Amino acid sequence: MNVLALFDRLRSPQRHRLILLIPLAVFILLLPLLFSSAYYYRVAALVFIFAIAALGLNLLMGFAGQVSLGHAGFMGIGAYAVTIGPTHLGIPPLFSFLLGAALSAVVAFLVGRPILRLKEHYLAVATLGFGVLVAIVFTNEAGWTGGPDGMTVPGLTLMDWSIRGAGAWYWIAAISFLLGAALALNLADSPTGRALRAIHDSEIAARVLGVDVAKKKLIVFVVSAVYASIAGSYFGLINGYITPDVSGFLRSIELVAMVVLGGMGSVIGSLVGAAVLVILPQALTVFHDYEHIVLGLIVMSVMIFLRRGIVPSLAAALGERRAK
Amino acid sequence: MAEFLQFIFSGLTVGAIYALVAIGFTLIYNASDVVNFAQGEFVMLGGMTTVFLGYAGVPLPLAAIAAVLVSTAIGLALYRFAIATAAGANAVTLIIITIGASIFLRGAAEVVFDKRFHTLPPLFGSDPIRVGGAAILPQSLIVFAGAAIIVVLLWAFIDRTLFGKAVIATSANRIAARLVGIDTRVIVAACFALSAAIGAIAGILITPITLTSYNAGTLLALKGFAAVMLGGIGSAAGAMVGGILLGLLEALAAGYLSASYKDAVALVVILCVLFVLPQGLFGKTKVERV
Repeated sequence: MNVLALFDRLRSPQRHRLILLIPLAVFILLLPLLFSSAYYYRVAALVFIFAIAALGLNLLMGFAGQVSLGHAGFMGIGAYAVTIGPTHLGIPPLFSFLLGAALSAVVAFLVGRPILRLKEHYLAVATLGFGVLVAIVFTNEAGWTGGPDGMTVPGLTLMDWSIRGAGAWYWIAAISFLLGAALALNLADSPTGRALRAIHDSEIAARVLGVDVAKKKLIVFVVSAVYASIAGSYFGLINGYITPDVSGFLRSIELVAMVVLGGMGSVIGSLVGAAVLVILPQALTVFHDYEHIVLGLIVMSVMIFLRRGIVPSLAAALGERRAK
Repeated sequence: MAEFLQFIFSGLTVGAIYALVAIGFTLIYNASDVVNFAQGEFVMLGGMTTVFLGYAGVPLPLAAIAAVLVSTAIGLALYRFAIATAAGANAVTLIIITIGASIFLRGAAEVVFDKRFHTLPPLFGSDPIRVGGAAILPQSLIVFAGAAIIVVLLWAFIDRTLFGKAVIATSANRIAARLVGIDTRVIVAACFALSAAIGAIAGILITPITLTSYNAGTLLALKGFAAVMLGGIGSAAGAMVGGILLGLLEALAAGYLSASYKDAVALVVILCVLFVLPQGLFGKTKVERV
């Protein structure tokens, strides 16, 4: 039996859920043994933060088969919520964080209805437009957001404990990802999850079978927006500074690239995709000016040679070898 | 009135460039179903190569021709090494490949050229022509004329030559085209080359007005894609109308509403159009087989 394929696909049956989550928890616990400085904690925390956003987007893309080129918009809402809330409105950071997630859900609900009626490339351009609109608002409302230069994010305090330092953020991000993965797997096994897979295969067939297509798509869109919003809040808090780039077009593209690189419909794929695209630019700084050339080449070659994404392609290759 | 005319002129100028980018998108999409997000990089390459050949002492007309050839070669290379190698991959995978190509080309431009803004001297000087109280740059007229000539030539090529008919056959049905003896790989390669050349020419024409830099392509690709979707994907007329409309919308929004929200206005209009006409202005309704 192919282990990777067994515990990796989102569609694994209920009893296999723990086979994915327990090794993931062990991995999260043991990973810091390899870290020799705060820098490692920071990079790993960023990987998990982006993995949360990628996982949410993966629910939408890998499951329901709906692409979004604007998910960084929700990251921006989350990031600016934890910034504007405490700074301008006097709302405590933790509450701002929750408000941001709720606001993202409401926005996703309102925007999702008309947008999700569109298909394929039209959906792509509509979501792209939404993301860019959010970024434009953050750039222009300088009185609230500090404009293109951005603004400082106030620190997060829980009771009397102020959270700072890469170590603390590593645990917060990693455990949030673990919870996010558990929720995602749960959703996958629910009737909604099955309905979404039916929509992915054929929308018309799903509708004929009595699936409320619009409603199911909207649910997963809202869920994925909340994931992105939470990731955005963490991203703002760990950096302590935020600019409209957080919700920019390139950020949205990066999220989609994480999902596709790692593998659509794969929980571990979201983590792997996020790891590749967060760690690579850090590692590539040794190439100085050639950084973007190398990054572009790597993205192209991974997609050409592992076209189903890193995790599913490797799982399939492993399965083939065992079968022989 | 003079103000209005002024906005219309500037909108048409930018719109003509969006239209050319959109036509490049459409050519490649029709032949191969690939949405090429590296389309904007051809525009950048056309402008930047001309500028730097000019710096090296090459006379500008020669530099422009060389820039178009270089971009065409890069378009062919993109098809041969990235798209053809990944044949059969799904649409999102192909999009990510073209995005990878776009990052690569931008990175290469950063190294080969530099990170500064550059411009070219306008062909007929920069004394504006007065029309009804509005000023129009001679270079804008060259942009319109250039765009019009390209569209007419492209139409003649597609509609009047055997090769063009093969392009139409390929975009109608690739398997059927292959069955009647058309080498569809050659056709798709030609479409990549053509759309790279069109992009490069657009880049050279617009550089005297908007300047260019190594990262000018991203925004153009985004606008071109939006124009394509506004017009309806796959329709050449839609691409042109979409491009011009987008340019006009931006210029009018910048003039009458707010310069910083001009892109926002254009996007909101596109979203509204798509809500009413989910296939764009000229798109065909696709029937889903179950």
